[in-house]
Amino acid sequence: MKIAVCIKQVPDSWAEKKMVNGALDRENVDAVLNDLDEYAVEEALRIAESHGGNDDGGPHSVTVISMGPARATDAVRKALSMGANGAILITDPALAGADALLTSKVLAQVISTESFDVVICGTESTDARMSVVPAMIATRLNWAQLTFAGSVVVEPAISKVSITRVSEAGVDAMSANFPVIVSVIEKINEPRYPSFKGIMAAKKKTIETRDLAKVGVSTESAWSQVLDSQLRPPRAAGIKVTDDGTGGAQLVGFLAERKLI
Amino acid sequence: MSSVFILADFVNGTVTKSTIELATAAARIGQVTAVVLAPVGQGTALAATLTSGPIASIIVVENADFQSHGVSASADAIAQLIAQKSPAALLVASHAFGKELAGCVAVKTNSGIITDAVDVAPDGTATQVIFGGSTTVHSKVSNGTSIITLRPNCITADTSACSATIENISLTISDSAKKATVSSSQPPVQGGRPELTEANIVVSGGRGTNGDFAAVEAFADSLGAAVGASRAATDAGWYPHSHQVGQTGKTVSPQLYVACGISGAIQHRAGMQTSKAIVVVNKDPEAPIFELADFGVIGDLFAVLPTATEGVLARKS
Ligand SMILES: Cc1cc2nc3c(=O)[nH]c(=O)nc-3n(C[C@H](O)[C@H](O)[C@H](O)COP(=O)(O)OP(=O)(O)OC[C@H]3O[C@@H](n4cnc5c(N)ncnc54)[C@H](O)[C@@H]3O)c2cc1C
Ligand SMILES: Nc1ncnc2c1ncn2[C@@H]1O[C@H](COP(=O)(O)O)[C@@H](O)[C@H]1O
Repeated sequence: MKIAVCIKQVPDSWAEKKMVNGALDRENVDAVLNDLDEYAVEEALRIAESHGGNDDGGPHSVTVISMGPARATDAVRKALSMGANGAILITDPALAGADALLTSKVLAQVISTESFDVVICGTESTDARMSVVPAMIATRLNWAQLTFAGSVVVEPAISKVSITRVSEAGVDAMSANFPVIVSVIEKINEPRYPSFKGIMAAKKKTIETRDLAKVGVSTESAWSQVLDSQLRPPRAAGIKVTDDGTGGAQLVGFLAERKLI
Repeated sequence: MSSVFILADFVNGTVTKSTIELATAAARIGQVTAVVLAPVGQGTALAATLTSGPIASIIVVENADFQSHGVSASADAIAQLIAQKSPAALLVASHAFGKELAGCVAVKTNSGIITDAVDVAPDGTATQVIFGGSTTVHSKVSNGTSIITLRPNCITADTSACSATIENISLTISDSAKKATVSSSQPPVQGGRPELTEANIVVSGGRGTNGDFAAVEAFADSLGAAVGASRAATDAGWYPHSHQVGQTGKTVSPQLYVACGISGAIQHRAGMQTSKAIVVVNKDPEAPIFELADFGVIGDLFAVLPTATEGVLARKS
């Protein structure tokens, strides 16, 4: 089985983020592996391990795919130190500020040239928060999409993937044959911490970088544009009381005053 | 006048409040056509629940594939309808299904997409609130049909009565959209309380409840509110995952959000930051959630909530 995981490097969730010229300023914030993608890496490794593992030369492999600036190698290394075998990083100045349509186009093109059986994504990147890239990749490739998976079972012998989809619409049992795109929710597993051995091994693993010419995708004009962005006024400081037995009553007083009850 | 599609959403066979909000936003841009994607034999009954909102016409498509092949089959139908009718925009509710469908349709129709809008202007400009509520962005689709997903509860619905014309259309879903098969579906347990994303008031409990949601539920019921939970509470199995508020749960924008025994982690804030008023009950005065509070009580939720519940009930009687 050839498994791929799509991961994104994102600004640290706690970092103060700013817009510069209609795009997120990625230069001046700490960047980390999107934490929702750690679950995708973990699930890919577990799938390989439950069928004999992903040791080099073995039957299964886990490849990390990421599109981002050159420094996204840090996030890629983290996935490699968790146990992925190798990585492809698509990096090109023309991709700065890429939207989901372009991102999915590039990722789909890379995936289509590598004959993967299963591609696993997170459900959302914590910066863009769109939750659309996995579905877009599937649509571009005409692959089955098994998204928002709370559990994944892969049967390599019959090329089948089954999931339980967990969403606002309830819980659905779904399945499809290879090749499939899966996205996993954060309840699915507990991502491992890279071991010392894993970190050392990751240093020797190859990260193949590709530019747009190598991928074979051209950037078109953007599909949408940011017209303007403004900092919102900070929330006015609220009232804070210490409960001395009247806290509940004061709370109700506040609700009444604001006509909320 | 250009036409605008909205995707009608149903829970337990009845149209949702967020569908009326979609219609209200869409009517600013053009004449609204609500699309009803229904299981075979249910289209007429579902369409009949669309009785309010500025909806000019309804397109009903019945097809068994919507149930058996999930999002991609629905997206395929919408893309075919867009090709037939060339609407200026498509508005869908911002939830997992809606965003995913919007993404598929954007690819199929080569159109731009904007997710999680909190407002939409007549020229199709969408307002988004990003970076944990710190920044407002206006953006516009510049290519194809404007595909916009709108967060529930962000705009005031125009609930005036409607009498829309109904058109039944039959479509064949393409094979490429039927590659995943749904073998069983279990709808969420609704209970007697309002739906989380549509509720005017949400009362949420976190790790501070220590697994006992009775005080949170009693306060919620006194206010006619929905009950939410932090991930700590859903992970511990104290409350169902479908009630989780936050980045990997639901995004809520109620008139009032009450956070009880919740510390205010960035991932929780991501789901409740756009609430109009925020009230906090937490015994740790340093809890970061107090930064968002319009009114905060430093205290034990097991002491504060029962007296607050009594206070609310007393006002009602
Ligand atoms: C990938 C990822 C996704 C996540 N997604 C979400 C998400 O969608 N939603 C979400 O909520 N979290 C999410 N989290 C988890 C988030 O980081 C926090 O761990 C979680 O929100 C903490 O929940 P809590 O506030 O209930 O618990 P804690 O942080 O433990 O806070 C409990 C609070 O209760 C207070 N307290 C204790 N006892 C009482 C009492 N008797 N009376 C009053 N106050 C009391 C304490 O002072 C404390 O402030 C996610 C994390 C990750 C890594
Ligand atoms: N630039 C990227 N490189 C690799 N994977 C990505 C990228 N952007 C998004 N993804 C994948 O798509 C998922 C959803 O992202 P989004 O649609 O941006 O919320 C993420 O969790 C990743 O798995």
